[in-house]
Order: sequence, then structure tokens, then C-alpha cells
Amino acid sequence: MRSPETSSDLLPQAARRDFLRAGGALVVGLSLAACATPEGSGVRSGMRALPLRLREPQSTPPAADRVDSFLVIHEDSTVTLYTGFAELGQGTTTSLLQIAADELDLGMDQIRAAPLDTHLSPNQGGTYSSASVQRGRPQITAAAAEARRALLALAATRLDADVARLSVARGRVRARKGGRSVSYGELIGGQRFELSITGKAPVKASTEYRLVGQKHKRADLAAKLTGQQVYIQQQRLPGMLHARVIRPRGQAAYGAGARVLRVDDSALASIPGARLLRRNDFLGVVAPLEWDAIRAAQAVIVEWESPPTLPTSAGLHAQMRAATTTDNVVLERGDVRVAADEAAATVVQRGNAPYQAHAPFAPNCALADIQPEGGLVICSSQDVHAARRGIAALVGLPAEKIRVQFGEGAGTYGHSCYDDVALAAALLSQLAGSPVRVQFMRADEHGWDTYGPPHVGEARLACDANGRLVAYEYHGWQHNWSLVETTSQLAGAAPATEWPPVAVQGVNALVCGGMYSIPSVKLVNHRLPGLQYLRGAWLRSPLDLAFAFVSEQAIDQLAVQLSIDPVEMRRRNVKDERWRGVLDAVAEASQWNAARVPGRLGNERIRRGRGVGLGTHLISHGASVADIEVNLDSGQVRILHLYGALDAGLVVNPLTVEHQIEGQLVQTASRMLLEEVHFDAGRVTSLDWVGYPILRMDACPAVTPVVVQRMNERSTGAGEETMAAAAAAIANAFFDATGRRMEQFPFTPERVLETLKAV
Amino acid sequence: MAQQRFTLIVNGQTHVIDADGQTPLLYILQNDLALRGARFGCGLAQCGSCSVLVDDREVRACITPLAAVAGRAITTLEGVAAWHARRRDLARVPDMHPVQQALLEAEAPQCGYCMNGIVMKSAELLDQNPQPTEEQIRAALAGHLCRCGTYPSILRAVQKAART
Repeated sequence: MRSPETSSDLLPQAARRDFLRAGGALVVGLSLAACATPEGSGVRSGMRALPLRLREPQSTPPAADRVDSFLVIHEDSTVTLYTGFAELGQGTTTSLLQIAADELDLGMDQIRAAPLDTHLSPNQGGTYSSASVQRGRPQITAAAAEARRALLALAATRLDADVARLSVARGRVRARKGGRSVSYGELIGGQRFELSITGKAPVKASTEYRLVGQKHKRADLAAKLTGQQVYIQQQRLPGMLHARVIRPRGQAAYGAGARVLRVDDSALASIPGARLLRRNDFLGVVAPLEWDAIRAAQAVIVEWESPPTLPTSAGLHAQMRAATTTDNVVLERGDVRVAADEAAATVVQRGNAPYQAHAPFAPNCALADIQPEGGLVICSSQDVHAARRGIAALVGLPAEKIRVQFGEGAGTYGHSCYDDVALAAALLSQLAGSPVRVQFMRADEHGWDTYGPPHVGEARLACDANGRLVAYEYHGWQHNWSLVETTSQLAGAAPATEWPPVAVQGVNALVCGGMYSIPSVKLVNHRLPGLQYLRGAWLRSPLDLAFAFVSEQAIDQLAVQLSIDPVEMRRRNVKDERWRGVLDAVAEASQWNAARVPGRLGNERIRRGRGVGLGTHLISHGASVADIEVNLDSGQVRILHLYGALDAGLVVNPLTVEHQIEGQLVQTASRMLLEEVHFDAGRVTSLDWVGYPILRMDACPAVTPVVVQRMNERSTGAGEETMAAAAAAIANAFFDATGRRMEQFPFTPERVLETLKAV
Repeated sequence: MAQQRFTLIVNGQTHVIDADGQTPLLYILQNDLALRGARFGCGLAQCGSCSVLVDDREVRACITPLAAVAGRAITTLEGVAAWHARRRDLARVPDMHPVQQALLEAEAPQCGYCMNGIVMKSAELLDQNPQPTEEQIRAALAGHLCRCGTYPSILRAVQKAART
């Protein structure tokens, strides 16, 4: 007989030991002998070959205004950087290391990142909105500058020299060339600074940067290519059981949750060690062997209540448009109706966007060991500090008794099921009285996602005879995000609740016409009652693709009416140099021909088209050009080439941002052509990669990423902005190819043929 | 389910496994042998996350029963460089398969989770067809999803590996 689990060596030993030291809550029942992974084997992206040397864990996060919370300088002058940001596969950790290393005059081989952990990491507010560098750069720069100032003061005393004469290279301070020197390690190695971050320490000017703004290779990729990386799905806890959740196949309306009518677990008797665990409508199974847990979840017979209340994916947009909504005027400037009446040209553009899924390549996974006195949860939450509060509330322990460690999984592109699975793991561990590992199956992740919400948009735009926009009116229908996770809801811990108002959940002045100077603007948000719809949350570039799909097609309509080149049309209206810069950059990269007339059709049955679009997420500036091909007979759309230009201010690592743009463009192609969550009146029905297809290698376009570097601007998000621009460019290219405007994506062959037939 | 004894040959090493023969190979590799190449993605053979080579051909370990591969030569990501060296009669086992090296140089991975399948399928392709056209590469990898959208970098890397 093999032992139930022989692979518990995957948990970082240091992390485990530290946890025991932190509270001692888990001393009982652990087999430390099984923890055999050598320190520094690489659980966190960006970590160098340097061994990990972690500080003492503490149950409250280190204060975000203290130097020691971010930086530890070791005796050998190497540095460990602690940040509150998760590595989600974008390579952000490398950028954060570049920032700290540059400010401290260290080499990249002298610095490593600590793992993200509630007991080690400062709370920098979660990893959202592609803002790790945007928010992290000022904080880390200030901490490092403060440390550098203190180190130079110490060195001045030690070297008996004026601070102004000191220079630093690779953590060694000198007063003059060839003179005496002292290293960071000799000055403070292993000790604390005990300093607040005043924000007054001198920081480097952009002209002094050696690492920031330069392409730098990620240090985590070799491990990811060779099987040395330990993804969260591959972590194990000593003595753990494998667990699976049992839910209906596909969610119903958020407000309806899922109600158990009858359960029969008699089949579990034949599966060794399998147990059904339940709290109210939350069901799960545990078993010593993983395959047995999977079989057990399938063997339990559950009768679920199935209220047929959903509008169905086919009837969704008509129902949304007709629904009783809560309306608010987001922005009103001038009088759009008067301005439109006096304009040379007025157009209306409508557009519908579907529910789209995060659909991470690997379903989410979490491990938990909850004991009466405290617990450990390892998960992929984008905000470990917030996750800790939610887990503590669910299992009835004070937050400081729960330790949450981040484990890197597959890319998630927003709020997939990572918090839900963490809660499920905590609850199942508590119910089982044992450490557990919960791996969501593909149907759990696809069927119980908090999807990117759908949208109905109507834009009415007007311009004068010179193509200058005079009026912009936008009405958008959508629902807010879902606040309470499925596990908490089914366990009866909290009722379904929507997010409070946050601008990015609805029509907002940034994305809806925000890139143009327009005298008269009216933006209206029509909020739907979210509990009647599917679960929703932020999906990479939330709603931005939909807004740009509607808004940028309207601008294009005006350009066509006035016979103005679409790039020139935008050039006349962009708000500032930043927008003009990305527009010019993408026009140049794509060799945009301003003399070409859009929508002039040939006689071919497979027609080519080219389009342009602008877009943003919150701050950064994106522009895109798309080349596509439309088969008039089959309705098949093929995207041939996507160009994407991004101005994200000072780009710390242009190499990772180029790859971010590449991913954004490919994902946009996927979302515009293929992605749509399907559901009938009862439940979501697209539960795997067949029901929810995404773009594959055979249909992948060529991509050209362009980073518009702005060394003197603050750094802003770089993970989302070209998506909206590319969505618009694809839609405008469709018009160019066919002379028709799509009013709904994805552009499935049926929808394309319908559009081509309609006019 | 009846436990039986199976002999599993993985990356040239022989293991004796007592298990239900219907257990998919993936769970044996990741739980009994603590290997991290093949990894769970869908459990439905739709994504390629769990790909391994069995007798030099790519198969999906998530739906392949243990009993079906007992005694056959299984290669995982951890052993693909040695497998390549053997197939090409190289004197020395390189640190990485040429595809892994090219993917690294291209900085192709983002989250990197799909890279197991990408490497294993590309290794099989180049073994069968050392000079594939772009269309052949695209067709061979069409059954391997990448959610981060790194296909253009993957394509360039596989083309480069084919040239070296």
C-alpha cells in the first residue's frame, strides 16, 4: 500500500516553521519531518537564486509607513524586499525589485522579493487595477530613499567624510575613487533602521536611473519552464486530505444561490476514507487520495432547487434594456441636446456586450489548516489582508489568529474564484478537523465564476463641419459586482450582497469619451438589480471593451460621414499630448495610410478591413489598429494583426510591458470573437473549454506592441489599457471590411451573417 | 476499487505503485511521484496542461488511466531534455530542451502554467518534424490553450528552436 500522501515536501519549510513560531497554534498534528523543500527553491516570481531569509512573522501586518516594513539589509549587503503585491504572472515583481535596487544602488543579483504573507508583508491595498507599479513605485522609492539616506549618514561617520562626497555602487559606499569603503552590510546588516518614511529623503531623478526604465529579464521563468516552480495547485500540507466542493453544475441567479433539497451520500461507503461535509447549503467531500475525492464528489447525489428566473443568454440584452433600473447622471456638462441640434453631423451607435469569464487556465486551488486556536490558509487571493478578514469571519476566529499566504497559480485577470476557494478550504478544514487542499474542478471555476458583467450601451455623438466633437451622450446598462462569495453565501454566513457604488462598475468619465475634449457631455448610468443576474466582478479591463466598442464606433461613424480619415478625426479631438502620442505611435507602427477611405468595398467574398481605436482602463493611454478578414459566406472573422501602443508614464520594465500588451491584444481578439457565457433560464451552461471557447494558436493574430516611454511621468497601470482600444479597432475594421456595424460581440459567424443580412 | 500493483517507468526510472488502475496518470505523477511538470488544468483533455510523452507521443495524463501506461516509457517535463538527447544521440544532456531554451529567451511565459503542455507538444512536433512550417506549428499547438495570450511569443520560440 502506498501512503495516502507522500508529497508533502512541497510546502516551503521556512513558511511553515515561521507560522508555528508566530502563534504556535498549529503545533499539534504536524509532521515537520515531511517538509523537505530547500529554502529559496523559488515560490515567488522575481526571486533570484539568493536564498530566502525571512524576518520573524507577526500577526499584524508591518506598518506601511516604516522603512523596515519594506526593506531588510543583510550582513552580505543583499536586500530582501517585502511588498504587499501579488505576482499574478505579469512579471511585476521584477519591476518592483528594479525600483528598490536602483534607488539603493544595488545590482539586481543583490535583491530578492519575500513571499506575500499577512504575517510578513505590509498592506499596500491589494493587487488591483494593474496598479502594483502605479501605487508601489512611490512607496518603494520613498522607503528605499529613506534607507539610502540613513546608510549614507552612517557611512559618512564611518569613513569620516562629507555625505555629499559619497558614492555607492553595488551596496558599497566610497568617499573617493580608490579610497576606503564600507558596505551596507557592514553598516546595518541584520539590524533595523527604526525609521519612518518621511517622503523627504532625496530620490533619484529619472536621468540618474540605471535599472528603472530599462528592459530587464524576469528571474522566475526558467523555473516555470522546467517544472521547478511550485504553483499553488502543487503545494501540499502535511497530513492533509484532498477536498472538492459539490455545487450544482452552473450557477443560477446570484440572489438565488443554491438550495439543497435532498442529499444521498450512501455511495461514499465504497470510497476509502471519503466523507461528506456540510454547512447549510455548502457541501464538500474529503478523502485521503485525490482521485477518491474527485470520485466522491461525483458519487454524492444531491437534488438542488432550480428556480428558472434567469433571462437566458439569448434574451439577456433585451431584458436588460427593459428592466427597471436605478439611474444616475454621472456627468453633465453643457447641453448635449442643444449642441447636437446645431451640429453638422449626429450619429447614434448601440452595442451589447456579453458576460465573459475569467476562465483561468488552471482552476483555483487553496490549502487550509484551521484549528480551534488559529489557522493557516494558502491561496491566490489578490488581497491577502482582506481575505484574512473574510476567512476569520466565516470560521469564527479573530482575524489575527488567521495567517494567509499567497501562492502563485495560473493567471487570473481579475476576480476569479480565488477567494471563494480559500473560504471553501478554510470551512472544509474546520469541518473535517484536518488540513485540506481544495482544487476547484473545471466546471466549478467556469460555472461559479464572478463574471465580467454584460453591458448595453447607447452613444449619441455630434461634431461640427471640421470634425470637432461638440456633444457626447452615453447611456449604459449594467449591474454592480457581487460582494459575498459563493462559499459564504451557501454556508449561510452572509446573504448575497452587491458592491457599493464604485465608479469602474458603471459608466464613467474616464473611458466614455474621456480621451477627447468635448464641450457638452452627458453620461448616464442605468444600474440593474444585480441579484437577479449572474455573479459579477472585475474582469481585466472591466466594461472598457464594451464602452469602447460603442463609443469608438460612433466616432468612426462621424469620420465616415464627414470623409475624414479616422486617425485624423481622433487627432483633432484628443484631449492632450499623451493621447496624441499613442495615436501617432500606433499609426506609425501600423503604417496607417490616411488617404485610404474606410468602408470602400471590393467584390471579394473574403474582405479585408482596417480600423483604429483609443481606449483606457483608468489612467493610462491605449491606442490600437486592427487588420481583419471577414468571410461573407461563412461569417467567419479572422484577426490578422493587432497593433497596440501604450503610454503608462514611466515604464519601469519595457520588456514585461511589451509582453503585457501582447497578452492584452490576444485576449481581446479572443473576447471579441469567441467569448460568451451561456445560460438558460435556470443555470449557466458553458462549463468547460468546449462550451466557453477561447482563442487558440491556429487563429492567433500577429501582434505589434509599442511602449511609449515617458521617463518624467509617474508610472501608471500597464496591464489593461490597450484592450479597449483593440476592441474598438476590431469593430471599426469590421465596418471597413463590410460596410456594416456590429452591435454585439463576440462576432460569432451567426451574428456576423445576421448583421450582413440585416441591411 | 481494487488496488493493484503497477510498474511505472517515468523519465527512465522505475516506480512500483499500488493503486486503483483507473486512477488517471496525472494524480500518480503529482501526488505519488511529486512531479510538477504535468499539472491539472481541466481534467477533460481539453487544454493540454497535463501533457506527457508516452512512448514518444504526447498524451493527456488527466484522462489516461494508470493501468493503460504501466510498463511504457513516460517522459515528463522534468525529463524532456534527457529524452531529447537520447532521441538525437547527443553526447551530453543539455540543461533544457531547445524549445524550453527558446521559450526562455523569448520571455514567452507569463504565468507559465500552460508551458508544460506547450513544451511537451512542441518537443513531440520537432521530434517528428524537425523543420515544421508556421502552419504546422500552429496546427500542432492548437490543442494547447494559453489564457495569458502568449501565442505570438510561443510561435517565435518554436520557430527558433526548429532552426537550432
